[in-house]
Amino acid sequence: MKFMNEYRDAAAAGKYAQALRRITTRAWTLMEICGGQTHAIVKFGLDEFLPEQITLVHGPGCPVCVTPIELIEKALATAAVPGVVFCSFGDMLRVPGQSGDLLSVKAGGADIRIVYSPLDALKIAREHPDRQVVFFAVGFETTAPMTALAVHQAAREGIRNFSLLVAHVLVPPAMEAILSAPENRVQAFLAAGHVCTVMGYHEYEPIARKYRVPIVITGFEPLDILQGITMAVRQLEEGRAEVENQYSRAVRREGNAPAQKLIREIFQVVPRKWRGVGEIAQSGLGLRDPYKDYDAELRFGIVQQSLEESPDCISGLILQGVKKPFECPAFTGACTPEHPLGATMVSSEGACAAYYRYRRVGI
Amino acid sequence: MCLAVPGKIVSIEGADDLLRSAKVDFGGVAKEISLAYVPEARVGDYVLVHVGFAISLVDEAEAKEVFEYLRRMDALAEMEGSEVP
Repeated sequence: MKFMNEYRDAAAAGKYAQALRRITTRAWTLMEICGGQTHAIVKFGLDEFLPEQITLVHGPGCPVCVTPIELIEKALATAAVPGVVFCSFGDMLRVPGQSGDLLSVKAGGADIRIVYSPLDALKIAREHPDRQVVFFAVGFETTAPMTALAVHQAAREGIRNFSLLVAHVLVPPAMEAILSAPENRVQAFLAAGHVCTVMGYHEYEPIARKYRVPIVITGFEPLDILQGITMAVRQLEEGRAEVENQYSRAVRREGNAPAQKLIREIFQVVPRKWRGVGEIAQSGLGLRDPYKDYDAELRFGIVQQSLEESPDCISGLILQGVKKPFECPAFTGACTPEHPLGATMVSSEGACAAYYRYRRVGI
Repeated sequence: MCLAVPGKIVSIEGADDLLRSAKVDFGGVAKEISLAYVPEARVGDYVLVHVGFAISLVDEAEAKEVFEYLRRMDALAEMEGSEVP
């Protein structure tokens, strides 16, 4: 496909590896934010291509992985309410809560449907006015505008049997949380290209300055990632800490203005707990007051106490780049994609699932 | 989750910005896609699509930058190499 295949060219990838070897004089640790980038790195073996002084650690950019266990439990409880049609992206169905997962609730008779877009959930609500249709709104800034439009359309059409369980999270506060942690070892970031397609990258400039950390907005194909790494390493070697845009074919500094406008109209910034990481101030989105009628938590009044994670799962340390999947004693033993202990083993973008799929040989 | 795939706009329907949609071709597979967030998009443009929405036009000139950067790196290395006695 155009704008995809050309960025997988092996000869150009080899040249990037050579360029990196030329410019790298000491050890550097970089974090790629997005789970899509992690997946590409592990799938194409890009990390094995790099000079050995460069270490890539994998970031928290997997919304499925960071959705807190309490919200998963709320999803299970909401989906089990008689008459509810519970709509979700497919990735969420096997994420373990404490009492099970959405798939097991579905097996118990609940009407749980996989949708491709939030607008598909709204369509189900339009077609079934006698049913309560709930959409599990998971995702980063990339996905929030789509949820916002579904709410906007529901309000415009007066559709009352539609609501959201909102789990949207924001990337920049998570990057600051990682940089502020005492065990932090990240010296540069590859920022998430599609998040920046929507939000632009001006909000990363104060982070680069405050923490003296290079941030390179990076795409998802192998050459994008190799160029992003090269740009970040060049900054580190030259003692610069700036925001640079590798993914200029899709990202402008100001981002997508109509999408940001609708996010601001429908949502407000709220504190959010990240699975495995804990609460991060001002790191989530919740519905604004005029749209509270669309809040499934209020509509169904489901209360959830704070819950404990499986003690054998180290996904929090993996999501913060402190550990890698093969450093977990449960990896491939007690924890597999068929029987996951944590969400990083479930999502196709979770670091554990990527390592399980592509890196089991020799472990 | 933040996966977005490039495709080419084949046809457009609807006049209201938020309700505008397009048929987008992904290497032979066509899908109905919302253009709510790319009011500037026209037939023939390439767009990046995420969960049924176009989130950006693909800038065809900038699309070559990944190769241009490599050429500049190589040129730099040659210049530096030539300075070594």
